Amino acid sequence: MDLYEYQGRELFERHGLPVLSGGVATTPEEARAIADRLGGRVVVKAQVKVGGRGKAGGVKLAEGTDEATARATDILGMDIKGHTVHKVMLTVTADIAEEYYLSYLLDRANRTFLCIASVAGGMEIETVADTDPDKVAKIAIDAIQGVDEAKAREIVAAAKFPAEVAEQIVDIAQKLWVAFIAEDATLVEVNPLARTPEGKVLCLDAKVTLDENAHFRHQDQEGFVDAASIDPLEQAAKEKNLNYVKLDGSVGIIGNGAGLVMSTLDVVAYAGENHGGVKPANFLDIGGGASAQVMANGLEIVLSDPAVKSVFVNVFGGITACDAVANGILQALQLLADKGEQVTKPLVVRLDGNNAEAGRAILDSAANPLVERVDTMDGAAARAAELAAVGN
Amino acid sequence: MAIWLTKDSKVIVQGITGSEGTKHTKRMLAAGTNVVGGTNPKKAGQTLDFDGTELPVFGTVKEAMEKTGADVTVIFVPPAFSKAAVVEAIDAEIGLAIVITEGIPVHDSAAFWAHNVAKGEKTRIIGPNCPGIASPGQSNAGIIPGDITGSGRIGLVSKSGTLTYQLMYELRDIGFSTAVGIGGDPVIGTTHIDALKAFQDDPDTDAIVMIGEIGGDAEERAADFIKEYVTKPVVGYIAGFTAPPGKTMGHAGAIISGSAGTADAKKVALEAAGVKVGKTPSETARLMREIMS
Repeated sequence: MDLYEYQGRELFERHGLPVLSGGVATTPEEARAIADRLGGRVVVKAQVKVGGRGKAGGVKLAEGTDEATARATDILGMDIKGHTVHKVMLTVTADIAEEYYLSYLLDRANRTFLCIASVAGGMEIETVADTDPDKVAKIAIDAIQGVDEAKAREIVAAAKFPAEVAEQIVDIAQKLWVAFIAEDATLVEVNPLARTPEGKVLCLDAKVTLDENAHFRHQDQEGFVDAASIDPLEQAAKEKNLNYVKLDGSVGIIGNGAGLVMSTLDVVAYAGENHGGVKPANFLDIGGGASAQVMANGLEIVLSDPAVKSVFVNVFGGITACDAVANGILQALQLLADKGEQVTKPLVVRLDGNNAEAGRAILDSAANPLVERVDTMDGAAARAAELAAVGN
Repeated sequence: MAIWLTKDSKVIVQGITGSEGTKHTKRMLAAGTNVVGGTNPKKAGQTLDFDGTELPVFGTVKEAMEKTGADVTVIFVPPAFSKAAVVEAIDAEIGLAIVITEGIPVHDSAAFWAHNVAKGEKTRIIGPNCPGIASPGQSNAGIIPGDITGSGRIGLVSKSGTLTYQLMYELRDIGFSTAVGIGGDPVIGTTHIDALKAFQDDPDTDAIVMIGEIGGDAEERAADFIKEYVTKPVVGYIAGFTAPPGKTMGHAGAIISGSAGTADAKKVALEAAGVKVGKTPSETARLMREIMS
């Protein structure tokens, strides 16, 4: 889960990192109250999880309460690259003499963590790495030993941070590591890490990604979940423990296993090229033991998406037997009918693997006019795409 | 021969008394695996019946190894306790630890991996979040269905469970030496490269299927490795060509971040290494069929 900047700032503050005083507002009135409390010059920043907000006019300086309120009014509701601004963060301002960069992240290739540090901050670190690779220091961090004072000094030396800020950054590097570990983050990034003309080092931005697998031990992170920004179908699926991602096509997809479902999206998109470019409407993995109830939950979510014109149920019976899956589909349709949700969209079903013959026979003898059976994954994808194109 | 898991492997199950552990112990036994016991500190000393096979429960992995000669452990322990279970297996210096559990925090995986490195990598870790490893006709450790295919001379390595099953099914008439599911998490023990090397060195494997998916650069690194080391034919498949950036596709590791981790980049890298890459699972199976005919 990626945090908003204001959430990252809050989290940094909690771990004793030097951040600017500030607050977050959802209305101009709240912005006024914060500006009043902060006093003087403030910066008003749109809270969106997308880069380039400064260029889009989402970051403004304001002198005093009235101007801060006016800028917050301008920015709230603004659209930045398809993201509507629901919140603005206001902080006091700081003069900047130099901008640095510091982050910890997961290093998948080496199965450990990595510190990236640079004296060239304020811009994308990828850009610095391309244009000025000597200015980007990468220091491997042992997952067990972590970052103690000695390691922090190694980081400062590797990045060649100036001597006058070294002690402050040694402290910041250790605290940032504590935050990274304590919050189960996969990324903590400070860019810019700024030095003021008075020589004080401050974290002027906070980019944090948290590991959703670790949520079970971080009840306090619940508050970071922004229900308003989650797609309502994704939210409904989450409540039913389904792994669902909304996409923008018209073929609903249900399958078992993340890899197979991803593959199904591809096969449907390829087939769609022959049918006016129809695309998958969603990713939905119902997992290994697909019971009738799970299948019903999945179908209900997919069918409630008005963009869906046809549904492709793609199941490989591994642990689950296909006859159970076939019964699950029929019972799911019955469950939905019993709830008064009359299904009208066609389903294309492909069953393969464990007990596939029995599963197919069950669907054939039920002869539900909405359910069409196709034996191969490629063939079924083509049929589902065709039906979606007709339904458009 | 097969790689890493053979008919001589003696398998224990950590978490054997849990519902998943119980269910899959039965399935492994039915597939012919030599399961010799399990662990649960609270139920040590008990004997459990698995459809007619009596298996002892031990308090620790170390004790189970001493009493049974076990050299493989399959771990079905809930995410919150998985790190401790894997560390215990590493400390006992068991040769192969297969971590089936899905949803382990990545800091825990990074920590047990660092522990394994510090201990001299005496334990091969497969997973986490993987279906395990199967050498058809010999042994099956994990949750790969035992009846999809018989033994043969294709080796398979995959990030995805169901795609593994799909390819095994499509090529079931040819058969497999070993199929390894390495898992879809960002931090995993055994990599594509480890499996490619083992298959290249295995006299009973003639060709290799490699299944990858979006996220990270493991497939690109595997491509470099194939170029320099692998002389056996390799057929590849990558899932997630149409996945949008920034959305996690089921597996914790399956996410395109920025320009990195796209299926296209992986395909290009594999093809540059001489790997034939299928557009769909069926086409991938056809490519392998041509090689084996």
